Amino acid sequence: MPLYFGLFISIFAYLIGMWLKKKLGWGILNPLLVAIILVIAFLAATGIPYEEYNKGAGYISYFLTPATVCLAIPLYKQLRLLKDNLVAVLAGILSGVAGSTLSIFLLSMLFKLDHVYYVSLLPKSITTAIGMGVSEEAGGIVTITIVSIIITGILGNITAESWFKLIGIRDPIAKGLALGTSAHAIGTARALEMGEIEGAMGSLSIAVAGLTTVVVVPLVSGLI
Amino acid sequence: MKFLKEIAIIFGITMVGEILNVWIPLPVPAGVYGLFLLLGLLCAGLVKLEDVSATGNLLLDVMPVMFIPAAVGLIEKFEELKAILVPLVVITVVSTFFVMTVTGKTTEFVLRHQKKEEK
Repeated sequence: MPLYFGLFISIFAYLIGMWLKKKLGWGILNPLLVAIILVIAFLAATGIPYEEYNKGAGYISYFLTPATVCLAIPLYKQLRLLKDNLVAVLAGILSGVAGSTLSIFLLSMLFKLDHVYYVSLLPKSITTAIGMGVSEEAGGIVTITIVSIIITGILGNITAESWFKLIGIRDPIAKGLALGTSAHAIGTARALEMGEIEGAMGSLSIAVAGLTTVVVVPLVSGLI
Repeated sequence: MKFLKEIAIIFGITMVGEILNVWIPLPVPAGVYGLFLLLGLLCAGLVKLEDVSATGNLLLDVMPVMFIPAAVGLIEKFEELKAILVPLVVITVVSTFFVMTVTGKTTEFVLRHQKKEEK
């Protein structure tokens, strides 16, 4: 298998997703979701194992760290807007972190989950690199944390646009913060496509929500 | 030359972020250190926007594709998670929508409140 196979089909599948969205104009047709389904279907149909695919495709993940660094660019461009609305921005992010913690606590009680699963899910709305550390520190299972973080991100990325329309969130600052606080970097990737303000607010949320969660999780991890 | 300089700045900052991640015993990832570092350099005027914007925008443009390999890899993990799959999916879905709603509505509420006070 050529090394560039995995890279090529990932990018090609994403392009098909973008093309489909443009052609059909359905909000629900998210390029990322289409790409993931296409790649899974292609691997299943051809019998190519995931490891073979990831040998090449994995390289693109190395660029996640410099891409995160570059989130400073939209943030810098919107710094003025951020300063003018600092109270609203912080209120939005902190209420989101509180909401995330509370909802996971209540649902874990409802499902009668053990401590180990509860703490594995607590960092589900923050970026993987922070979430893994938080889960480990609290005695969680890192695989579960990673899976829930990725599902959260993809879900936020796919549904945000329709969800905002449904519940009537229109302000670009609110949209960006909602995406970044609930769905970390994967949500912010969607926010960047919506606009520069959305992207900047998403970028900020990744950092602030992530760091706040680091402080909050040890405080609530003993509750279950 | 233009791209070479941009790539050097971005990868250099990424590298410093990685070093800080190792040196400072906090669960802060290299990318977040780098984000604040680049933001600080831009604010201080030590790095100009046009010194990073072409490569930076390229990386941000490609960013969604960077999540595809990990998402495809989820199918490999299904066996391992079978026992907890239902609560995991329900909790993840419900809390994601809940957080989106709380953050969005709180932000809009405070923004509206502030505008009223200004008037």
